[in-house]
Amino acid sequence: MQAAPSNPLRPAVSCRGLRKIYDARGLPGRGARAAVVAVDGLDLEIRRGECFGLLGPNGAGKTTTVEILEGILEPSAGQVELLGMSWARDEVRLRERIGVALQETRLPERLSVTEVLDLFRSFYPRSRPVAALLADVELTEKRAAWVGKLSGGQRQRLAIACALVGEPDILFLDEPTTGLDPQSRRQLWDLALRFRAAGGTIVLTTHYMEEAARLCDRVAIIDHGRIIKEGSPAELIRGLGAQHVIEFALEGGAAVAEPDLLALPAVTGARLSADGVCALTVSEPARALPALIALVSGRGAALGRLETRHATLEDVFVTLTGRHLRDG
Amino acid sequence: MADAAENTRPHPVVQLTLMRLRELRREPGTLFWVFGFPILISIALGLAFRTTGPEPVTVGVLPGVAPEVARALADGGVKVRALDEAAARNELRAGHVSLVLAPPGADGALGYRFDPMRPEARLGRAVVDDVLQRAAGRRDPRPVRDEIVRERGARYIDFLIPGLIGMNLMSGSMWGIGWVLVNMRVRKLLKRLLAAPMRRRHLFYGQALARLVIIPIELIVILVFARLAFDVRMAGSVVALALISLAGSASFAGMAILVASRAQNSETVSGLMNLVMLPMFVLSGVFFSSAHFPAFMQPAVNALPLTALCNGLRAVIIDGAGIGGVVAPIAVMGVWGGLSFVLGLRLFRWG
Repeated sequence: MQAAPSNPLRPAVSCRGLRKIYDARGLPGRGARAAVVAVDGLDLEIRRGECFGLLGPNGAGKTTTVEILEGILEPSAGQVELLGMSWARDEVRLRERIGVALQETRLPERLSVTEVLDLFRSFYPRSRPVAALLADVELTEKRAAWVGKLSGGQRQRLAIACALVGEPDILFLDEPTTGLDPQSRRQLWDLALRFRAAGGTIVLTTHYMEEAARLCDRVAIIDHGRIIKEGSPAELIRGLGAQHVIEFALEGGAAVAEPDLLALPAVTGARLSADGVCALTVSEPARALPALIALVSGRGAALGRLETRHATLEDVFVTLTGRHLRDG
Repeated sequence: MADAAENTRPHPVVQLTLMRLRELRREPGTLFWVFGFPILISIALGLAFRTTGPEPVTVGVLPGVAPEVARALADGGVKVRALDEAAARNELRAGHVSLVLAPPGADGALGYRFDPMRPEARLGRAVVDDVLQRAAGRRDPRPVRDEIVRERGARYIDFLIPGLIGMNLMSGSMWGIGWVLVNMRVRKLLKRLLAAPMRRRHLFYGQALARLVIIPIELIVILVFARLAFDVRMAGSVVALALISLAGSASFAGMAILVASRAQNSETVSGLMNLVMLPMFVLSGVFFSSAHFPAFMQPAVNALPLTALCNGLRAVIIDGAGIGGVVAPIAVMGVWGGLSFVLGLRLFRWG
């Protein structure tokens, strides 16, 4: 057997010119009827040991992208390399080196936690002992419980334990915290951070900016199957030109014209959303705020709502696309 | 604290088989369909068609028929009921009487009123005529002697039990593999397994092994029940029974994989299963002999895998056939199962 060593100098994940085209029925490669381009020319390079986030609204092509990276879907065009190996040549070796938590997997309801882990362990030549896995994901007390009796957060942690069974180099998490309560979400974040601290690489998709900001060393913002911005969360926010946001609304739904707002001191951007809330990106709230209040009272209007906060990745996304992440 | 059992690596096929068996054992509904349902059917049909000796012939007698005719019939073991015209018509149509005696016409001949399309009516006419002619003094010119035999395996329940076993093996493979695979696809479990370094064929081996464990239990439960409740005895070779049962299950497992290869939800696969199985329930001689279908249909009926399975099971269980007797049915099922399996694997979608 020809050796296909994973080259430590190669990035954890790299892909070039990735495209995926579905026809209208969602079946790949069935004629040219109303083709849908899910991934439209995507280049990525994910370094070893980093946590990389694909951030974007539903339908942006995040899941299609990770499933191509995971070797579950065939790309319509483009190359994928993981750990210096390719799916075509090294599928079996690669499968043993990655761990996958799909967006949704309903594990067998009538199997116990331990039985599910035993099943997944049997697929790997070397695997982490069940007791260690249970401790990793804090399910030791639930080891004998049926999957069907677990809470949403516990199920998700079990899904991640299944991904960690083979002690992978790369962990793929597709929207790992969607639909979870805040406490379960934090538990999962801690789990991911521990994996990365131990030297693992994480590829994460999410539409929660907070999650991306908390976990990711770098993020790629994806919209309509393309990367529209890439960098560390701090870099992306710095790219707005201002680190703060003032959101306000006028009583009675009155509006202030955009040029007037942009003329205020320290204001670098202004955005009016459909619900009448105006968001200003500002470099120095201490200078912008008194000016804004003066402008509003000068017009004889009153502020119905006023809020200042730090800029987030959500603001980056809205600035780039004019839409909110959760609008889809 | 290195627990030895913690670090042994069981074979994936063993784990996949265990997964299937655990799910089955922990799902009470499945246990009913596998074991309870065939037993209930055999109880119901066994009771409905139990052989308690022939029912006596019942005739209706219209006003105007001589009383000595009725008396002669009663002496000859025929049940007689006095009926008026309207009642006679109803009872005849309902089959409560097999024949109605009408008063003699102008020629003095007694009237036999019956529907010759009904076998019990023709039997009734023969019995009544025989009794009346003898009572009137007929002497049979040729002496005859009845030799009564009680052949094993001639009752309806003997015919039914192998049919139920065949039906159960078919349903077990189709639902137990086809439906389960589609369910795993719906739950994205197939996709998740594909994302792990599992060899695809191991999933199918696991399903097949789980069936191999269940089939003997299914067979033994039904056969022991049939023996205890209805005294149905296995006449042939146990090896032949094992071979035909395995071949049948394997054949339907192949068809199950084909049926399940593309279906994206359990409604679709249920519909497809019924499309495949319902015609065979009717045509393949589960509940009645497929020989009743007209001659031009026989080649098609005999080519069906369930017909082959039922015929093979009857050959072994009733007729006492050995391995030689099940070669032909196994060949028929092998073709169905093999072609379906190859095509099913080619079409199979994991996502």
